[in-house]
Amino acid sequence: MIQLRGIHKSYWMGTNRLHVLRGIDLDIAPGEFVAIMGASGSGKSTLMNVLGLLDNYDEGEYRFDGELYRDLSETRSARIRSERIGFVFQSFHLIPFKTALSNVALPLYYRKVPRRERLGLAAEYLARVGLADRATHLPRELSGGQQQRVAIARALISRPRILLADEPTGALDSQTSREIMAVLQDVQSEGVAVVIVTHEHAIASMTDRVIHLVDGEIASDRRQQRRPALDVPIPGLESTPSRIAAAS
Amino acid sequence: MIDFDLWQEILETASRNKLRSALTGFSVAWGIFMLVVLLGSGTGLQQGVEYQFRDDATNSIYVRAGRTSLPYRGMRPGRFLEFTNRDFDALRERVPGIEHMSARAFIRGTTLVRRGRESGTFSVRAVHPGHRFVEKTLVREGRYLNDLDLAEHRKSAVIGTLVKEALFGAEPALGREIEINGVVFQVVGVFDDEGSEQERELVYVPVTTAQRAFGGRDRMAQILFTTGDATLAESQEMEVTVKELLANRHLFDPADPRALFITNNVEIYQRFASLLASIRTFIWLVGIGTLVAGVVGVSNIMMIAVKERTREIGIRKAVGATPFSVVRLILEETVLITAVAGYVGLVLGVFTLEGLSRVLPEAEYFRNPQVDLRGAIAATVLLIVAGAIAGFFPARRAAAIRPVEALRYE
Repeated sequence: MIQLRGIHKSYWMGTNRLHVLRGIDLDIAPGEFVAIMGASGSGKSTLMNVLGLLDNYDEGEYRFDGELYRDLSETRSARIRSERIGFVFQSFHLIPFKTALSNVALPLYYRKVPRRERLGLAAEYLARVGLADRATHLPRELSGGQQQRVAIARALISRPRILLADEPTGALDSQTSREIMAVLQDVQSEGVAVVIVTHEHAIASMTDRVIHLVDGEIASDRRQQRRPALDVPIPGLESTPSRIAAAS
Repeated sequence: MIDFDLWQEILETASRNKLRSALTGFSVAWGIFMLVVLLGSGTGLQQGVEYQFRDDATNSIYVRAGRTSLPYRGMRPGRFLEFTNRDFDALRERVPGIEHMSARAFIRGTTLVRRGRESGTFSVRAVHPGHRFVEKTLVREGRYLNDLDLAEHRKSAVIGTLVKEALFGAEPALGREIEINGVVFQVVGVFDDEGSEQERELVYVPVTTAQRAFGGRDRMAQILFTTGDATLAESQEMEVTVKELLANRHLFDPADPRALFITNNVEIYQRFASLLASIRTFIWLVGIGTLVAGVVGVSNIMMIAVKERTREIGIRKAVGATPFSVVRLILEETVLITAVAGYVGLVLGVFTLEGLSRVLPEAEYFRNPQVDLRGAIAATVLLIVAGAIAGFFPARRAAAIRPVEALRYE
């Protein structure tokens, strides 16, 4: 589904060129559950942004179903995001003055789905992430885990082909992290490709494929047997008390 | 076509960001409110001044005889001057530019006007037919005095509406007889005047008849005339000519300030008109200043609002908003808020003016403050456009930056 070939990306910090991605080759198939790992500054978030068309790249080719995405206008990339890509962010990025239901319905507004229909669908997706009774709450009235579920429902409502999650559990405690990962596993089982960025092995162990980035290059790419997110002890998840602080 | 969905989205955004909406709205409403009140007050001032001149020709000159205060060619000061018919004719012949002209003579002592059993004291003015134009008399019934009345010394009288009411009540007055100090006159007309009540309590009779009937010989107290479309300078020239002519005839010093009292309404009106013009200019300046302040206020708030919403814009773009839809959302929100606020300011302003004109006593120089609605609406539109422009550039910039940057914005 997704083919990256020789992707390069640099940032300019004043006069210093920061070469963040140094030739990434990557294929992601439909319905895959991939974790991208790496240290701070390894380029994993940048790779995620390039994948999600939130940012452009300097060199190489990005193909989605064979179609080349290069130098897209903001309008065009907005349309593609609207049709194919869902996002989940570490800091949730819900619109603060909209209720949970309106937040979930927002992507459909931009796809011109009539109001009644999209609110109905939003209620369905909220129920799927277990928040049917929080529909009229504002984000600030929800816990972190609940906000992230709202964000996941919002990412899924437009039926994307791929869900991109940048540190989705980074601001959550271990139990909530498990729950979020369980939701993501659920999503993946329905055929949506899920790519998460994380620096935690415990989280990565709940996926099928782990890609390590080191200094903007893929250092390793291996498939694994995933662990279920719930009910099984996972080494490293509960044992580190400082993981929340470390994640932020 | 109306996009209900868009409006719903806008209403939600606007109502969830009450402070921002209120601030934007306030600067617009305040600007419009001040403008309406200012312009309305300006109109009130203008109408007040015009009201002062409503019943007299604004191009008239009144000449009254006084008493000399300077010695001249061996004559002592303190002589009383009186105009005669020959002065009148001389002026008519030799002062260029006179349009309508009339003498004004009064009957000495109280004038009792009687009709049957009804009677009252009313001022009687002995005049020429031209008086009608100088005084802007409105003939309601019958006719005004004419040249024939004067030539034949007819005992014709034109009475004010209040005189008619007092003497005739609801009965017709035309053709009936009244007695003025015992002399019988026939009512040939009834007039009205927009001035004060006193102006409607007058009786006009031909100057020639009055001079003969009441022993006034050929004297007259005042000479008045209109100047046509003479400019201020021309009217002042006429004034000088009149003064020189009369000084020559009555042998007084043309520089004597008390020999003649000349009221030049052209000059007075012009003075008021230019005062008014400067007041109006001032009001417009203040009004435009207020508007500019409103525009700056709206622009500031819009720029800050867009900045503040950068992250929201990033989120919207991440979930599929195109730059166009982002710009449109922000602009239509601005237009909605400024339009509603402008309307509120307009209504409040009009109500305030209405209240002002009720609460304030009927002042001499301030009447019927009103606002030109077209101007106020144009001002509102200007503010809306200004707000939209002020919102457009930052909105376009915010909509064009890549979502990843917008999302990072705090």
